Amino acid sequence: MPTRTGRYTLILNSCPSVVGFAAVASKKEAEGPLARCFDIVNEDCTFGESTWEKAESRMQQVVVGKALEKAQLSSTDLDYVFAGDLLNQCTGSAYGLRDLGVPFLGVYGACSTMAESLMLASLFVETGCASRAAAVTSSHFCSAEKQYRYPLEYGGLRPPSSQWTVTGAGAAIVGQSDAAPYIRAVTAGRIEDLGIKDANNMGAAMAPAAASTIKQFLEDTQTQPSDYDLILTGDLGQIGSDILYDLLRRENIEIAKNHSDCGLLIFDREKQDVHAGGSGCGCSASVLCSYILSRIRDGELKNVLFIATGALLSPTSVQQGQSIPGIAHLVHISNTK
Amino acid sequence: MSLTPNEYEQLNKKYSPSSKTWKNCAMAFLVGGLICTLGQAIMNISSSLGLSVDESGAAVSISLIFIAALLTGLNVFDNIAKVGGAGALVPITGFSNSIVAPALEFKSEGYVLGLGAKMFVIAGPVLVYGITVSVVYGIILYLFHIV
Amino acid sequence: MDYIKAFVIGGLFCVVAQILIDKTKLTPARILVSYVVAGVILGAIGVYQPLVDFAGAGATVPLTGFGNLLAKGVHKAVTEQGLLGAVTGGITAAAAGITAAIFFGFLIALIFKPKEKS
Repeated sequence: MPTRTGRYTLILNSCPSVVGFAAVASKKEAEGPLARCFDIVNEDCTFGESTWEKAESRMQQVVVGKALEKAQLSSTDLDYVFAGDLLNQCTGSAYGLRDLGVPFLGVYGACSTMAESLMLASLFVETGCASRAAAVTSSHFCSAEKQYRYPLEYGGLRPPSSQWTVTGAGAAIVGQSDAAPYIRAVTAGRIEDLGIKDANNMGAAMAPAAASTIKQFLEDTQTQPSDYDLILTGDLGQIGSDILYDLLRRENIEIAKNHSDCGLLIFDREKQDVHAGGSGCGCSASVLCSYILSRIRDGELKNVLFIATGALLSPTSVQQGQSIPGIAHLVHISNTK
Repeated sequence: MSLTPNEYEQLNKKYSPSSKTWKNCAMAFLVGGLICTLGQAIMNISSSLGLSVDESGAAVSISLIFIAALLTGLNVFDNIAKVGGAGALVPITGFSNSIVAPALEFKSEGYVLGLGAKMFVIAGPVLVYGITVSVVYGIILYLFHIV
Repeated sequence: MDYIKAFVIGGLFCVVAQILIDKTKLTPARILVSYVVAGVILGAIGVYQPLVDFAGAGATVPLTGFGNLLAKGVHKAVTEQGLLGAVTGGITAAAAGITAAIFFGFLIALIFKPKEKS
């Protein structure tokens, strides 16, 4: 059973393991620095489907299948699947996993969905509610642009603070096993809103939530940033990362040395013209479920704090002039039990 | 986090890069200027074919709208706009692009409620406010017997 | 000479819009609305037509020119028909642009498909 430590952190005493993981991405991601890490790359971001929404669902279907295959499991071995995406009513997950035949719990945490679903899957395994549970998350550049911004062919300008939604998906299957990576602890974040209204500056909207959750976890566990090899945020991008360092310095926490951001890892910002970096819940999902988890498994990374960050806005809330609430959930993943 | 929204806005400004305004303006000038020059060429050709000034103006609009619509369909216009910025959007080519782009994008939701209905999601306000203000102008003209 | 005037004046209209986009948080859609409304008002007070006479397409092709066309049409129609002209004049004058945009927009949308950006 999990033990609550400090105020909001849950220690998972049985240390559930990520028994299988996979990542899917598309062309632009495959032109970036992590090209070789993804399990499946589809050069055509339609994934053979007739609409962007169907393409996103296809990615979820494919990524779960690949993760199961790598774990040498079949869908009947799963007790629950937690999944989410950015589309209205989370249809990316619902339609993508429609045929999986596993009890489905849809989650929405905007771009924090990978951490949220992984946290829930791990807790279900920890408590014995499930022997194996999957966490699946996706985003698609074209479907996200269509829903949140402008039609693809519209010549609207992208300001320098904007970020590029990753076309990608990640799946992690959690179960009890004696092989790394292990999930050691989780901290659910509180909603933080410091009044950012610019939907083209998500990094700034989410940075306070990331700072708050990181601070909470370090306080709860009485550890230091130096106790971890990597503090990995989801998609703060360049601006959000800079603000995060500044916010934490005010609390005498220095993370710049061992911090990295999935949105900065997945693209080459200068060459690929993605402005402030990558974003979307497929960003942290595809980076975690490829590059990061395999390095933890292989022992190159020992202790990683994965903090996926989400901006809980909708096009309607932005048009109504509301500020953007941010959220960040933390999962401590380790190479040892 | 113990910051007020105002303090946070300062922090945000400190780390947010500003647009490369000089470069953007130069490109907007160049691309916008070229589109207008093309318009002028069409106008001169039309007049030389014997069209009146108003008819030539209409020919310019129709031609530029067609070219921009076609380039949008060929997935080229957004790349021109990426370079030219406002230079591609402010001329009537931008109006055309803002009608074709959503029509293309929402075709997947059907020909009536998708293509047909979404055609004006961006360009609609231009017509709404332009026409409304012009009607108000007409009423003022009439009431005050300016004409 | 026509071409140089059209290039410079047309270019300047675009530069003003670019500055507004970069320096304010105005979205392109709002800028376009402002341009058309500004065109109607400038046309109404008689400032825009001299610019059209000077710069030709440099003044008619930017969206302010579209606004000016609406104002011009209303002025003409109110002169000829009275109050009814306030309603009919604008679109009558701008008919070519609006109809072309709808018709070509429809055709192009029928034929082509949207594609991912690179």
